[in-house]
Amino acid sequence: MRQQLEDIKKRVEEELAKVDVQQELENLRIRFLGKKGELTSILKQMGKLSAEERPVIGQLANEIRGQLEREIEERGQKLKAMETERRLKAERIDVTMPGKRHELGYKHPLSIVLDELKEIFLGMGFDVVQGPEVESDYYNFEALNIPKNHPARDTQDTFYINDSILLRTQTSPVQIRTMEKQKPPIRIIAPGRVYRSDAVDATHSPLFHQIEGLVVDKGITMADLKGTLEVFVKRLYGEDAVVRFRPHHFPFTEPSAEVDVQCFHCHGEGCRLCKGEGWIEILGCGMVHPKVLSICGIDPEEYSGFAFGVGLERLVMRRFNIDDLRLFYENDLRFLSQF
Amino acid sequence: MQLSMRWLHDFVEEIPATNREYAERLTMTGSKVEGWEEEGSELNKVVVGKILELAPHPNADKLQICQVDVGDGAPLQIVTGAKNVAVGDLVPVALDGSSLHGGVKIKKGKLRGVASNGMLCSVAELGITTHDFPYAIDDGIFILQEDCRVGQDIREAIGYNDTVFEFEITSNRPDCLSVIGLARETAVSFGKPLKLHTPVVKGGHGDVNGLLKVRVEAPDLCPRYCARVVKNVRVKPSPRWMRERLRASGVRPINNIVDITNYVMLEYGQPMHAFDQKYLKEQQIVVRRAKEGESIVTLDGVERKLSPDMLVIADQDKPSAVAGVMGGEYSGIMDDTSTIVFESACFAGPSVRITAKTLGMRTDSSARFEKGLDPNNCIPALERACELVELLDAGDVCDGIIDVNNSSGERRKLALEPEWIKRFLGISISEEEMVQILQKLDFEVKEGVVAVPTFRADVEHKADVAEEIARFYGYDRIPTTLVGGSAQGKLTEEQKFERMVNDTMQALGYSEIMTYSFISPKFYDKIGLPSDSPLRRSVTIANPLGEDTSIMRTIALPSLCEALSRNYSNRNLSASLYEIATEYIPKESDSELPVEKQSVVIGAYGEGTDFFSLKGAVEALLEKARVFDYDVQPTEEYAFHPGRCAQLLKDGKVFGVIGELHPKVLENYGLGARACAAVLDFNALFALRDPVRQYQPLPKFPAVTRDLAFVCDDEIPVLALKKSIAAAAGSRLEKVTLFDVYKGKQVADGKKSVAFNLVLRSADGTLKDEDADAIVKKVRKALTDLGAELRS
Repeated sequence: MRQQLEDIKKRVEEELAKVDVQQELENLRIRFLGKKGELTSILKQMGKLSAEERPVIGQLANEIRGQLEREIEERGQKLKAMETERRLKAERIDVTMPGKRHELGYKHPLSIVLDELKEIFLGMGFDVVQGPEVESDYYNFEALNIPKNHPARDTQDTFYINDSILLRTQTSPVQIRTMEKQKPPIRIIAPGRVYRSDAVDATHSPLFHQIEGLVVDKGITMADLKGTLEVFVKRLYGEDAVVRFRPHHFPFTEPSAEVDVQCFHCHGEGCRLCKGEGWIEILGCGMVHPKVLSICGIDPEEYSGFAFGVGLERLVMRRFNIDDLRLFYENDLRFLSQF
Repeated sequence: MQLSMRWLHDFVEEIPATNREYAERLTMTGSKVEGWEEEGSELNKVVVGKILELAPHPNADKLQICQVDVGDGAPLQIVTGAKNVAVGDLVPVALDGSSLHGGVKIKKGKLRGVASNGMLCSVAELGITTHDFPYAIDDGIFILQEDCRVGQDIREAIGYNDTVFEFEITSNRPDCLSVIGLARETAVSFGKPLKLHTPVVKGGHGDVNGLLKVRVEAPDLCPRYCARVVKNVRVKPSPRWMRERLRASGVRPINNIVDITNYVMLEYGQPMHAFDQKYLKEQQIVVRRAKEGESIVTLDGVERKLSPDMLVIADQDKPSAVAGVMGGEYSGIMDDTSTIVFESACFAGPSVRITAKTLGMRTDSSARFEKGLDPNNCIPALERACELVELLDAGDVCDGIIDVNNSSGERRKLALEPEWIKRFLGISISEEEMVQILQKLDFEVKEGVVAVPTFRADVEHKADVAEEIARFYGYDRIPTTLVGGSAQGKLTEEQKFERMVNDTMQALGYSEIMTYSFISPKFYDKIGLPSDSPLRRSVTIANPLGEDTSIMRTIALPSLCEALSRNYSNRNLSASLYEIATEYIPKESDSELPVEKQSVVIGAYGEGTDFFSLKGAVEALLEKARVFDYDVQPTEEYAFHPGRCAQLLKDGKVFGVIGELHPKVLENYGLGARACAAVLDFNALFALRDPVRQYQPLPKFPAVTRDLAFVCDDEIPVLALKKSIAAAAGSRLEKVTLFDVYKGKQVADGKKSVAFNLVLRSADGTLKDEDADAIVKKVRKALTDLGAELRS
């Protein structure tokens, strides 16, 4: 029996060396070590052995079984590894082939920058409000201290619907609507479409976007106006942006100013980009005219405020180096998909 | 406004600044400099030369050989084609290596075999005209009659070396549309004295009364009218210094009288007019409103129809000028003019503005009047004009001034509130400093009261006074502070919803577009909107740029189609676009503002696009938007394919349409591919959304799934089957999904096979097979009632 056992061990080890598929390995295990396997059947003959021999052979049989099991297990591990390797080799792909794309949708460049502006002002405690685009003459002009036949009306060629209704030429009427509805403190921006009767070309459009801003509270100063807008410009253009406030005139603010940033290209020396001025105008602003506060039922002796208006298109054009305003409204995907 | 520095120096002698510094300083005190130009800066190496000899050219009849002294050693030999040169003439000579007007470069060379070392120049080649030098000719060399020397730089020799600043003057500062106004700003900006001049008129040639009567019938439109008379007018060119200043200011010199009126307008900001007295019938000036049906032929030869809201300067019978805008054809200065009337008046701004606009002629004069001029400026300007007449020997000035004054001429008084101003500006400045700034600007300050100069009609409130102080205190010196108090900025629910719609559409592969809000009425035809649709009633622009942009859209679908069409014609193979677009729905009454509502318009064409791809996007959007349990029904709607159009409803109300565009519409837009579009009412979506998000526990027990295939009439919508299944299956139906629709072999004509997958689950325990069977039985019964039969 000892010989038989040794023989089985030898045969198993021989066959084991030849096995290279998992399934064959399993078959081998069953053939020798399974319930009806050769080793088992030999052990069944244990009864024939003498009492002295039985424990010795039994121990030997167990040792051989254990050893064979380990060897089969080892072989199994090895085979698995080999098989995995074979599979991985076979499954090699050309990773430089293009990916399966899900079509992307693009945000309009005007929205990209407008959202950025909104984030900046939300962060400074401003709410976002809206007003009508088809507006009354009263809100667009009269309440903003621009009476009929005021020369300031000439600078804003207006589309009229009738004598008293027009397409708003600026987002400033939202100032009035807000002040009529809401008591100070007020801190709002009002982005939206505005309309002027300008023929379409690379730098003009009869429709464009403005962002109006308004702050009214007790003790608001021109220094607050400067501080707020300086933060805005630096958030938009970076901390090293150089800003200047230059006196200007708007009928609904007093004092009024235009805000320039130093030309990024020439740093104030004057170049083609800034038309030799060294500065690029980006917005108009000023202290809300006390007359306008009064018109809205806010006592100018108690409250003061500031307002500003930013043109979106020109900001976006500079940001992305776009040279033709018409592209914004042509909606060609070859343009839109660049942003 | 163009400002001649030479002229400015009459009033401010010394300006310690370079051109750039000057521009920056003035810009920062409120007079924005757009740019500056040094006259003649294009001219280089052009000098005065004297013709010493002239000889015919041996090889060309039309050329002459000149020997020219340019003050630099030996004479230069120059070949010229000009006829008008003679020995002894002084001429401009462009030397070898010189440059001329327009960047023309001159080099020495040979002309028909004869060496030529430069060029003799005409006025045009120097960049000037014969208006600047009336004695010169256009077609020939500029023979100098100036007091100059040989070899002198030509710019200096002809006074073409002024520096001109271009200012952008805001509409509230008509006083700065003048040399004196800008001189005042300059003086205060640099802390230099302003040297004003008081005109002195000798007169002594008879009295104005007897020569002219003035009657102002419309004092509301003419607060002041002043006039003086000049006899024995001697019309001739004005002297060079005057022509130089006019040219630098962008005004073409004409003759001494016209030049004087322009000169005074530029210097004082007061428009002037000179009438030929012989055309004033009865020697009378009547300032009145035009009569109904009256017309006038203006100086430019055009007949203008007048209306009674326009102010005219008339004689006994007829208008001679449109007040403040333009003179009539006989009001100008002619060769035979002998006696003239100088008008220096103040007309009401709004009236001049409307008149100029209605007549379509905005002039230098009307542009000033419409901003509101100072009545107190009339007399000094008139005196200055007469002083210049005497200085130029242009005529004999009569004594006496006609002055019809209906203005108060008083300074406006405002309280000086230093504390308020400091608070308002956020600066610390002493009252003393404030007063100094104001006084330099001609404001009088006495005992806390500011008296505003009459040329500053724009200063009417303490905020305006604050601005004057801020300008000269320096905007750049105002500190920067942040608004006090803490405020929370946040988006409203609707704004967040809008952002979500944008994000979702972009995630679904649709690109955001922005289209014009105004469209052509023809767009409604293009989209197939029925001719009797109420949506055709649109807000109409009275003065549109063109028919294309003449009405405010009531529907945004045409704008979307335009964008699809443009992409298609630009050969983009596919496009998926959307916009949250505003639509403008007029109210019953035209005096009310329209309702502005938003629609989400979505459109696509190209590979992979069909009705269901678009519907899938809409379904995904609605899920994100949390609009649940809506209904979908086939419908027929303009713009869409009648068999491929659905409407979305919630509680019986339509909130959206999805469909393939009608072939007619595709054709109208030149779209060669099938395209689909959807329109969703944004405001309805927002209202219909389920804002409450609540966690539902995950199922504890396994689900049972069953597949059911039915055959039914092709006409029955799948949604009807699905609804019927849901109703029959009851609360244990977790989900029902369509997984197959089949028509063809093994299915009778007019029938279809439809297969659903049902997921059944109980919350209380594992669903037993017999319970599932019972549910399926109910479902089968319900479907049989609909006419559907279970497929074996």
